[in-house]
Amino acid sequence: MTDALLTGADASTEVPLKRRLRRTERTRQLKALALVAPLLVFLLFTFAGPIAGMLWRAVDDREVRQVLPNTLAALAGWDGKDLPDETAYAALASDILAARASGTIAIAAKRLNYALNGFRTILTSTARNLKSEPERGTAKETLGRINPAWRDRATWTTIRDAGGPVTSFYLLAALDLTRNVDGAIVAAPPDQAIYRSLFARTFIISLSVTALCLILGFPVAYLLATLPPARSNLLMIFVLLPFWTSLLVRTCAWIVLLQSKGVVNDSLLWLGIVDEPLRLIYNRFGVCVAMTHVLLPFMILPLYSSMKAISPAYMRAAASLGAPPLTAFLRIYLPQTLPGIGAGSLLVFILALGYYITPALVGGAADQMISYFIALYTTETANWGLASALGAVLLLATVLLALVYGKLVQGQQVTGGMKN
Amino acid sequence: MSDSPSLRTPSQRIAWTATIIVSTLVFVFLIAPILAIMPLSFSSGSYLTYPLPGLSLRWYDDFISSPRWMNSLKNSMIIGVASTALSMVLGTTAALGLAQWKSRFKPLVLAFVLSPVVVPGVITAVGLYFFFAPIGLTGSYLGLILAHTALATPFVVITVGATLQSFDTNLARAAASLGASPLQAFRRVILPLILPGLASGALFAFATSFDEVVIVLFMAGPEQRTLPREMFSGIRENISPTITAAAVILTTVSVILLATLEGLRRRNERLKGTGA
Repeated sequence: MTDALLTGADASTEVPLKRRLRRTERTRQLKALALVAPLLVFLLFTFAGPIAGMLWRAVDDREVRQVLPNTLAALAGWDGKDLPDETAYAALASDILAARASGTIAIAAKRLNYALNGFRTILTSTARNLKSEPERGTAKETLGRINPAWRDRATWTTIRDAGGPVTSFYLLAALDLTRNVDGAIVAAPPDQAIYRSLFARTFIISLSVTALCLILGFPVAYLLATLPPARSNLLMIFVLLPFWTSLLVRTCAWIVLLQSKGVVNDSLLWLGIVDEPLRLIYNRFGVCVAMTHVLLPFMILPLYSSMKAISPAYMRAAASLGAPPLTAFLRIYLPQTLPGIGAGSLLVFILALGYYITPALVGGAADQMISYFIALYTTETANWGLASALGAVLLLATVLLALVYGKLVQGQQVTGGMKN
Repeated sequence: MSDSPSLRTPSQRIAWTATIIVSTLVFVFLIAPILAIMPLSFSSGSYLTYPLPGLSLRWYDDFISSPRWMNSLKNSMIIGVASTALSMVLGTTAALGLAQWKSRFKPLVLAFVLSPVVVPGVITAVGLYFFFAPIGLTGSYLGLILAHTALATPFVVITVGATLQSFDTNLARAAASLGASPLQAFRRVILPLILPGLASGALFAFATSFDEVVIVLFMAGPEQRTLPREMFSGIRENISPTITAAAVILTTVSVILLATLEGLRRRNERLKGTGA
């Protein structure tokens, strides 16, 4: 009878129980999400939003259309093959007069000057010399007389191409490209084509620093992973203390050490190795040394943890099977450290790519990396479009490398678990 | 070295000796610059060269009596403590939520939450500069605190998350079965156990804010300059020994943070050891 009762009870509650469980689980999940939500909203406001805004500025192009709306409307039907017709000239004249009255000429002049060097002068001289609205039908002649540049097709295509609301101008400029008078993408003039070499320089410095960190970090990580914990914990302080010391302190320390009257030069002079102080700072050497010092812990720590996970039994097995030490190291030990080498190198490389403070303080003009130019265009010259475009390129490179890093670290965790 | 790995052949012994020599040189490279700068702050002369002409505390006196340096130290403390508090609240709740949340979007959300660590400082700073200027948050403490909280929170999520992972949820169930309300269970059972993890998270958060300079460079007005920011201009203009005094003060703070963290780690390991 109890059996029957139980099965009866089972049958009647089976469905509700399942549903109830599912409902409880759903509430639990909703509660969990509610706990994460404040941080997500916060980061949207203080991180994702600002970065999205920066990316938008890389393509945003509304300055010229604010100042010269009628001109752009008149140019809408223009085929760009010849000079535009009288209506466009008349529209430009009225736009310029209106802009002069509201004091907005400089906004358009600045943007147009990026696209065509000297446009600022064309626009301001026209604004200065245009006394009043030209008589009907004489706008073309009047403007051409004030500045012959208005008889040039390129002047007009520049205005049309800067009409917005979005543009590829800054992104192309960040890659040393531009549009010619016919709208085709061509190489930028040599005096403006500085960004590819800037990317190359950023890449080379980051790569050198990564290589230096790997060369210096590998033996240290090996030592720390091989020594008994009591000793390696003590030596670990040598890695962790610099890691925790302020970046500014470390950069300042290198300047003090490497300057012409610094400790290193004094020692070299005293030892008679050199006759006059070497130039060790405010050049590429100084940047590489200081950056390697700052980033070395980021190489040592992942290497250390990957080496720590390698069981010494593998090396003993290799030795017992007759492998000479070097062969055992190269064929057994080294391959197992590859994930650690990959993770450490990628981490150092990613961090180096975006470096700003150290190169800005210990580098010369020829050692500044991409971040320096982003900062320069943001705060000094206020060319926000170009700053944002360079930022977009740097961000893209960082995100791609970070994705590779994520995959690598994830894979490592899986194999690490299997090894143990 | 007695406790080296099994060294059977001469070549192995040479390789091991080479490892020790190279590592020692690297340790010197890592630590020497930090040590070399310290005695200079006690110099009685105004040149940053050895040998020191004599010892004095004049540069520390200079630091303490300079309103600029003292103000920057105060600012670093205000912004550091406030952003640590805010990131602890946001990061701990998020870590608690993430520990229970099951979804295929979880890796994506986690990547987003951690991304402020990876994105280059200049990009975050420029984005914030554009974003905060129109709403009046540049040149304000609030703007800097919010920005530093965004940078510091990932470290809280990581440290607290790692602590929660090793936390035995049966303990919370046991508390509930013994009649504790969820709040009581959290306060009396969960919180004491995850407290070391929370403390580590707070230390990381504070260190992140205390050391940050790129965002401050873009967003701080003259009133909000922090200690690293003041050092940045000091290094740019001309390095006076007062900067080395500031460096020693900053390094002392770092050492205290590191020592506390190491103490917490050891305590945690000891607790785990007795538990097993």
